Order: sequence, then structure tokens, then C-alpha cells
Amino acid sequence: MIAPLFFYIFASLCIASAFMVIASKNAVHSVLFLILAFVNASGLFVLLGAEFVAMILVVVYVGAVAVLFLFVVMMLDVDFTELREGFLQYLPIGAVVGCILLAELLLVVGAWTIAPTMPQSITTPIPTDVSNTMALGLVLYTKYVYYFQLAGLVLLVAMIGAIVLTLQHRQSAKRQIASVQNARNKATAIEIKQVPSGQGIKEDIEEKVS
Amino acid sequence: MTLTEIWSTYLWPLIIMVAQSLLLMVTLLIIIAYLLLADRKIWAAVQIRRGPNVVGPFGLLQSFADLIKFVVKEPIIPDGANKGVFLLAPLITTVLALAAWAVIPVNAGWVIANLNVGILYVFAISSLGVYGIIMAGWASNSKYPFLAALRSAAQMVSYEVSIGFVIITVLLCVGSLNLTAVVEAQNGPYGMFSWYWLPLFPMFVIFIISAMAETNRPPFDLVEAESELVAGFMVEYSASPYMLFMLGEYVAITTMCALATILFLGGWLSPIPFAPFTWVPGIVWFLLKVFFIFFIFAMAKAMVPRYRYDQLMRIGWKFFLPLSLAMVVIVAAVLQFGGLGPR
Repeated sequence: MIAPLFFYIFASLCIASAFMVIASKNAVHSVLFLILAFVNASGLFVLLGAEFVAMILVVVYVGAVAVLFLFVVMMLDVDFTELREGFLQYLPIGAVVGCILLAELLLVVGAWTIAPTMPQSITTPIPTDVSNTMALGLVLYTKYVYYFQLAGLVLLVAMIGAIVLTLQHRQSAKRQIASVQNARNKATAIEIKQVPSGQGIKEDIEEKVS
Repeated sequence: MTLTEIWSTYLWPLIIMVAQSLLLMVTLLIIIAYLLLADRKIWAAVQIRRGPNVVGPFGLLQSFADLIKFVVKEPIIPDGANKGVFLLAPLITTVLALAAWAVIPVNAGWVIANLNVGILYVFAISSLGVYGIIMAGWASNSKYPFLAALRSAAQMVSYEVSIGFVIITVLLCVGSLNLTAVVEAQNGPYGMFSWYWLPLFPMFVIFIISAMAETNRPPFDLVEAESELVAGFMVEYSASPYMLFMLGEYVAITTMCALATILFLGGWLSPIPFAPFTWVPGIVWFLLKVFFIFFIFAMAKAMVPRYRYDQLMRIGWKFFLPLSLAMVVIVAAVLQFGGLGPR
């Protein structure tokens, strides 16, 4: 009785916040509602018994991805009312996409009622003798380790690609070399001169500056 | 369903749960009040001052006086601020910081929720702490808080990465994500020398330093670097909202101390594994270890000058990340090929 209650709380909050993502006027509020939707989705995962996935969802999406997202949205200062000017002209495309999604969802639900064994065959049964995390680890790191590594490699390529595209070494920029800075000591950094009083010191100032 | 059934299945467990949570929270807050005082006293002692010594004997009631002062002050909300988010930010900081304590075992079996993924839960909750800061910075609608919030968010996200790797090395040795199991795995015949601080000493050091950066403690308190950013993201906050930020910060620090205790210092285990010392209740050892880690934090605050922002980022990404990544590989290799892995 407790589990269904929490299911409805999480599910309705998730849908409501997902709606607010597109409905709220302020872009930052949209992102905050998106985060709320993520958190509620992870709550739903916990109810399903997928506690590892739930925690990873929070760590990765809420803790890292959404932070960067929030950064960008805060910096951009998008005027959403301006963007909404020609909102309705996209209605046909949106309607088509929505209809396709609805049809797909109906197909999934329909398969459920036509073949009641469907859920069992599309989901592997949850092993009861090992913990959730261990079961996931066995699948990812033992059974499908090469595919998993391959997926990691794809991410690595994407990351390197992003760095190559954005990194530019400007020759004019002054760079800080920490090892050189740390290697400086009293002998190399300062020079002590005996200045005779009343005469000052003879030194070419331009030479020092250059 | 009869009334007695409802009582025994739902109401009574609920009452017990609420009572346990309240007990933990009240104890935690009182301990934090004294940790705060200890922090100020240690800081003062290093600078050869007396520290707070007026309210109560030796200033023991100083934190409570501060509490009353913050609560009765008038909270000022700037006119241009985004009011909802502005007030939500300190609440999020404090609530999330307190929520992490739900899974922390303070003694054998003394835990509110013995989650299988306890450590991931703590990690997830502490990674959410950054939202309080970003929201505060943005909602204040002012340049200083905004800049401070951006800096601090980048800092916290960076150091989370190395904390994550440190946790992974410990988990490799334990073979479980349950915090109670982490402590029990350190229960060996050599007392304090069977704990993980010895074999994983580099990770212990990285964890302590990263924990300071993650909780914005000095020497990494760039969030509120007064010389550059006035008071960081908290410039516009006053009275109770400000107090909530302070409280959340200290709760997060205590959480990190407790996590270091559990991961590396054997939680509630006695450091000397024979008779008179094993009679001491585990909670005492746990608290002593937490105080010890907090003392290190306080001394670092008193002795080390504040890092520059680029130095901070350099340490995080160029030292700690490669080092902890290498240690994950080394520890995994040693456990696998040395036959030491948990089974």
C-alpha cells in the first residue's frame, strides 16, 4: 500500500514538473523543473528495485549534466517570450511527432494486453540471490564487457572531438608554467644591491622592462 | 484491515522512523553547534587568541546565542531577487546536507536506512549540494553572488570526480556499497592497522583534501573569498536564510568527516582490538574519529593560506584526477592478481 502511494506521488510530480519544463516562462525555472523531474524519475527507479540505476541517475544527470545545463542557461539570458512568437507554426510537426509517439506507446501497451507474457519475455528476470548492483556489474563487466568498452570508446572519441574542436593554442597568450614558478627561489627571484646613499643606482630602466 | 493491523503495519513503524530521525537530527545539530565552537576555538588558539568566551562558561553557549540572533533578525529579500528560488536555495542546502545522514551508520546497526547502495546515496546527495549555491547565486540577481556561484559550482563538480574515484578504490577492497559492510570489512586482527587508511594512504590524503574543496572549507573557500567576492554567493542573504547556509555547510563538513571515518578509519571499530578498549561503545570511537578528522579540517583552515582559483583547478584536474585514476587501476590489479579481492 505504501509503494503504490509513493508511485503515484513520484509519477504525478514527474509529469507535472515535465509539463512545467515547457510551460514556465523563465528558462532557469525550466531547468530546475527538469531537475525535479529527474529526481522523481530516480524515485520511480527505486520503487522498481533498480536502486543502482536510481543513484546513478541522480549522480550523473542531476549532479553533473544538469549543472552544466543550468550554467549555460543562466549565462545565455534567453528571452523566451520572443522565442514564442511563431510558436503555433510548428504545430503540424509537433502534432505528427506526438501522434507517432502515442502510436508507439499504444503498441507497447497493446502488446501487453494481447500477449500477457510479454513483460516477462522483454525483461530479464531480476535475480534474487545477488544484489542489484552486483547483477548489473556481472552483466556489464563480465557478460558484455567488450560492448561496454566499445561504448566507452565512443564516448572517449566524442570527448576528444569536442576538445579538438574548441582548444586553440594562441601564441600570443601568456601561459603559466607551474613547475617553473615553483622552481623559483630566493637566489633566482631577487637581486640585492648595495645602493650608496645620495647617488642612487645606475641601471637602464628600459632594459629591465624588456 | 482492522485498526490494530493498520497500527502495527504502518503507524507504529512510521512513529519509530520519525522518532529515530528526530533523535539523530537533534543529536547531530547539538554536536555541530559544538563543532562550530571547536572550530572557532582552534582557530583562535592558533592565532593566540581566546576565541568566543563570553556566552556561558568558556563560551560553551556561543553557538546557541548565534542561533537566537539569526532567528530573531529580520530577513531581507532584495527587490530584484527571484523570491521563490532565493528562499528555496538555503532550504535545499540544509535539507540535502541533513538527508545524507539517513544512511550513515554511527554504530553497529545504528543506522536509519541500511541501504545497499548507501555510499552511492551519500555521493549523490553531496553532488546535489551544488544546486543550493547555484540557485542562491542566480536568484540574488547581483554580480558578486553570481560570479561566486559559478566559481564554486565548477570547484565542487571538479572535486566530486576525485572523491568518486577515491570511493571506488575503497569499494574495490570491500566488495559492497553498503556503509555498514565497509566498516565491517575493516574489522581485522591488527586494530587500527587493519583499517584502510594504511594500505590506501594516498587515497586518504586525496579524500581529505577533496572533501575540504567539496565543502568549500578553507583553504579552498573561494566561494566566499571576502577579498575578491565580498561574501560569495551569500552576499544578499541575512538572518535565517543565511543561518541555513551556514548550517548546511557545517552539516556537509560533518558528513564528509563521518564518511572519511567510515571509509578509512574503521567507523565505530576500536583502534586497539582487545579487552578494555572493545568495551567502549562504538559510538564513542566513531565520534572521536569524526572529531579527529574535523580537527585536521580546522587546523588546515587556521594554517594554510587560501588557494588561487587556477591553482585549485590545477590540483583537482591535473594531480588528483590522474593520481586517483591510477590508484583505481593499481588497487584493482593488486586485488585481482594478488588474490586479495573480496569474494
